[in-house]
Amino acid sequence: MIYAVISLSAIGVAAAVILYFVAQKFKVIEDPRIDAVEELVPGANCGGCGYAGCRAFAEAVVNAGNMDGFNCPVGGNETMKAVARILGLEAEEKEPLVAVLRCSGSYAHAPKKANYEGASTCAFAHGLFSGESGCPYGCLGLADCVDSCAFDAMYMDPKTGLPVVIDDNCVACGACVKACPRNIFELRPKGKKERRIYVSCVNEEKGVHARKNCAVACIGCGACVKVCPFDAITMENNLAYIDPEKCKLCRKCAPVCPTNAILEINFPPRKERPEKAKDDAPKDPDPAPMPPQQPDMSQVH
Amino acid sequence: MGLKTFVMGGVHPPEQKISAAEAILTLPLPKTITVPVSQHLGSPAAVLVKRGDLVKTGQLLAKATGFISANIHSPATGKVAKIDVVMDQSGYKRTSVIIETTDDEWMEDIDTSSDLLREVTLSKKEIIDRIHNMGVVGLGGATFPVYVKMMVPEGKKAELLLINGVECEPYLTSDHRLMIERSDELMVGITILMRALVVEKAIIGIENNKPDAIEKLSALCQKYPGISVQALKVKYPQGGEKQLIKAVTGREVPSGKLPIEVGCVVDNVGTAVALYEAVQKNKPLIERIVTITGKAAKRPGNYLVRMGTPIRALIEAAGGLPENLGKVVGGGPMMGKALMDVEAPIVKGSSGVLLMTDEEAHRVAVRNCIRCARCTTVCPMGLEPYLLAQLVTHENWDKAEDNRIMDCIECGSCHYTCPSGRPLLDYIRLGKTKVGTIIRTRGKK
Repeated sequence: MIYAVISLSAIGVAAAVILYFVAQKFKVIEDPRIDAVEELVPGANCGGCGYAGCRAFAEAVVNAGNMDGFNCPVGGNETMKAVARILGLEAEEKEPLVAVLRCSGSYAHAPKKANYEGASTCAFAHGLFSGESGCPYGCLGLADCVDSCAFDAMYMDPKTGLPVVIDDNCVACGACVKACPRNIFELRPKGKKERRIYVSCVNEEKGVHARKNCAVACIGCGACVKVCPFDAITMENNLAYIDPEKCKLCRKCAPVCPTNAILEINFPPRKERPEKAKDDAPKDPDPAPMPPQQPDMSQVH
Repeated sequence: MGLKTFVMGGVHPPEQKISAAEAILTLPLPKTITVPVSQHLGSPAAVLVKRGDLVKTGQLLAKATGFISANIHSPATGKVAKIDVVMDQSGYKRTSVIIETTDDEWMEDIDTSSDLLREVTLSKKEIIDRIHNMGVVGLGGATFPVYVKMMVPEGKKAELLLINGVECEPYLTSDHRLMIERSDELMVGITILMRALVVEKAIIGIENNKPDAIEKLSALCQKYPGISVQALKVKYPQGGEKQLIKAVTGREVPSGKLPIEVGCVVDNVGTAVALYEAVQKNKPLIERIVTITGKAAKRPGNYLVRMGTPIRALIEAAGGLPENLGKVVGGGPMMGKALMDVEAPIVKGSSGVLLMTDEEAHRVAVRNCIRCARCTTVCPMGLEPYLLAQLVTHENWDKAEDNRIMDCIECGSCHYTCPSGRPLLDYIRLGKTKVGTIIRTRGKK
């Protein structure tokens, strides 16, 4: 008994001594700031920053020595500022983004012409045919985006057959943008008071073809381009696109769209106004023509 | 001794060759014809005509672009109404030339007589050029430009020509009727192919459920040296070229390689007849035999149809759309694709149109995999479909490639046999596109 205790203790002490020296010899010297940064970031490992996970992001940002191009969309500006403080750097203010579905081809707007019974994944259906409505650009409604969302920020609306983004949950990690085989999602600035205007269509067909399948398709008529006072709308491949950087949310484009393809989100209901929208902007209780970026920053502070 | 067939896997779905006894009828020219410029494997042809042009039957409408591509000719005489994107059988809109037909006036240099021209006078190079110009593609379904197949790569030698008269798809009978009614042309077509490939021997593989075709062609073989007929046991997918080579010669095409690796070239019987017309009669590929069939079809039959004819016209000829229609499939029930629109045109690859009743048209509810390994048993390529499908759902592309996903011939036997109704082939097809893209980008680096 006593021999066992002594020999085991001796082995233990010997091993401890060896381990101590080995640990000294093979010590991995790691920047302690990496751990500090990792503590700060949300730990969701969503990949929204472009790195394999939060640890990889922390390593990259510490090793880079500057903040250019590093952004954790989940943590937002607060997190990035805290990260910058640790590194003794200055974080650039980023506008919070949100995923936006650029398709309004619900069952009502784009009626089904066929029934799909194949594998329930958009990736396969996209390769197989143009979709139940016949629109080769529109939402297939098989929820690859919902499956990809790690933040419970999406669900399929059974009434429309389209996914719905829950803005409060969406962290703009971009998983849905990658998951959608038709590239329908776009990350757009959340906007002041979460107000946004965008073209809810990605159909590049000629107007007559686009319209055949969907009542609310962008037909590329160019009316919105003409009416926009800020040159924020461009027309490419029969499709209008509103540049969120240039758009001042003046709401002039939406009423002129003949197919209602331009959506206004979170705006107060439009007043009945028989006259032109000229004096609309100043009268609006929310001063719309303010540059959207500056006030947004103050809001964050 | 049993009949020859391929060894690995395979299924035997009900044959349902209900239109086998129907002689080939000619479908009248419709008022408008929609000719897609992409009727073949490879890059789409470039349109040569413009709106308002008058075109004659057989005139070149669109020219092949690139090595793997094919010319498209006008299937009728008339005026080009417009060039537009039209929904075709792929379920996507593609550029097409829409012609309002007025007449059927053929180009002067096309021999429209029905005389059989047996003597082949052209040289090998002339034959290949002619086939290229006439836009002949494989009519078995893959629509691979035939002239590419005939140019045997350096260092390889073709020694055997296999003619595919298997028609293993249930329901379809277009090749069967063609073998019976146009057997002489078929034989000359095979002779031309043999000459162009410089092979001495050709074997026509026919499944045993077409005894009349076997008998007729066997008798004709006496007149044409080097050609013989091989009867085969009925088994799907024997019409796949790798399966046919295995069945007839016992040789196995290595994974990822072409049949030329084992000295074989495989062509469909329809292709051989199209080739005869192109070489001997100077006639481009503008019509083909299409089977209209199915349990929901009122009058199943076989029709000689000009390319670009809307499928609706064919259905009307067969008695119209039935009330209990569930699905219209372009092609056979195993590999065909459900159509979005019956206005879609017949193209070079359309071998049949299948009208399914509502009861048989729907897929069963998907249940869990019970690891019964039936899919593995029936896979003619020796793959493990359940595993591939699972790897694809997990987006494990590397492992899918290691498990030879690219070898899948998309015959659908796995899905057909699955007792849980799992859409195995859907997932494997998705995986093939993904892995194919990965392999191509890797090749570029």
